[in-house]
Amino acid sequence: MDTVERHRLDGNAAAGRLEDVFAVEMTTVRATCDGCGTTAVVAELVVYADAPGTVVRCPSCSAVVIRLAQVPGSTWIDLRGARTLQIPTR
Amino acid sequence: MVGAALQRRLTWQLGRVIAHERETPKAWRISFAVDLGAWLAGQHVDVRLTAPDGYQAQRSYSIASAPEAETLDLVVERLEDGEVSPFLTDELRIDDQLELRGPIGGYFVWQATMAGPTQLIAGGSGLAPFLSMLDHHRAAGSDAPMRLLYSSRTRDEVIAAERLAEHRARGIGVEITLTREARDGWDGRVGRVDGPMLEATTFSAGERPLIFVCGPTAFVEKVAELAVAMGHAPNMIKTERFGG
Repeated sequence: MDTVERHRLDGNAAAGRLEDVFAVEMTTVRATCDGCGTTAVVAELVVYADAPGTVVRCPSCSAVVIRLAQVPGSTWIDLRGARTLQIPTR
Repeated sequence: MVGAALQRRLTWQLGRVIAHERETPKAWRISFAVDLGAWLAGQHVDVRLTAPDGYQAQRSYSIASAPEAETLDLVVERLEDGEVSPFLTDELRIDDQLELRGPIGGYFVWQATMAGPTQLIAGGSGLAPFLSMLDHHRAAGSDAPMRLLYSSRTRDEVIAAERLAEHRARGIGVEITLTREARDGWDGRVGRVDGPMLEATTFSAGERPLIFVCGPTAFVEKVAELAVAMGHAPNMIKTERFGG
C-alpha cells in the first residue's frame, strides 16, 4: 500500500472536529464542491487527518472542500472550496 | 433519521477504565464508564491524549458495545509507529481516566428500526462498529436479516471470536476469511475478499441490502467497488475507512 493511501480516510474521521465547530452532526451534511459541483455527504468526502490540520477533499475531483486547523487557543476553518453545506433540519 | 441525542454539544468528558483486556496479539478491548449520553450502533468517539508539555493527539475510535450495554467499549489495534494506540494498549490501567467526546456520526449507523436486510463487511479492526450493531440487533430483538463477512489476516487475530460464535448460533450469518494463513482445523474461508466470495457469502443485489463496509482504506474501497459491480446501488453502500 502506498503512503498516500495509508493516510487517506473519509469524512467520518473528521466528524468530531467539524461537529465541534458547527455544533450539529456533520457526517450526514451534504457538501457541494465549488470546483466541480459534485454533491456528497460529508462521510463520503476524502479526508487527510494527519496533515498539519484536517484537509477534506472532493471524492470526484479531489479539490479541497474544507480545511480545518487547530492551534493553541483557536480553530481555523477555510470553506472556500465548499459552494454550499446543506444541513438536515432535526 | 437520527434523534435528538445528536444535538448535544460535543464536550470532552473523563471516562474511567473499567476493563482492559487483550483480545488478540494486536488488539485490546477497553471498557469505559463515561457519561456521553445515549449512542447509536456505528457511532464513534474521539479520544484525546495530552502530554505534560501540553502537546495533544486525538484519534477516532468506533464504539464496539451496543447502546444497551453498561460500558462504552473500544477495540484498539496497537500500531507499532502509532502516537496514541500504544499508550491505550500498553500504559492504560483499570481506574485510569481518559478524555473522550461523542457520540459522533449519523451516517455509518444501524438502528433496530431499520428492518431490511443488512450486510456487514469488516476488514481487521474494522469489526468494531459491527460488534455494536450485532449486539444491538440481539438486544432489540430485531427481525432484520443480518450477515457479517469478516476478513482477518490470521486466526489468532480474529477479534471477539466467542461473541461472533454466539451471534452465529442465533442465526446471524457469520463468515470469517483468513488472508494470511489457514491452519489445520480451520473450517472457515480462506483468501482475500473478491467477487466470487461476495457472491457466495453476502446478500445479492436483488435482495437490496443496506451494506456497511469498515476497515483499512484499500480494503473498503476494493469491497465497495466489487459491491457496485455486483449490482448493488451505490447509495446502499456505507463506508468507513480506518486508514492503513
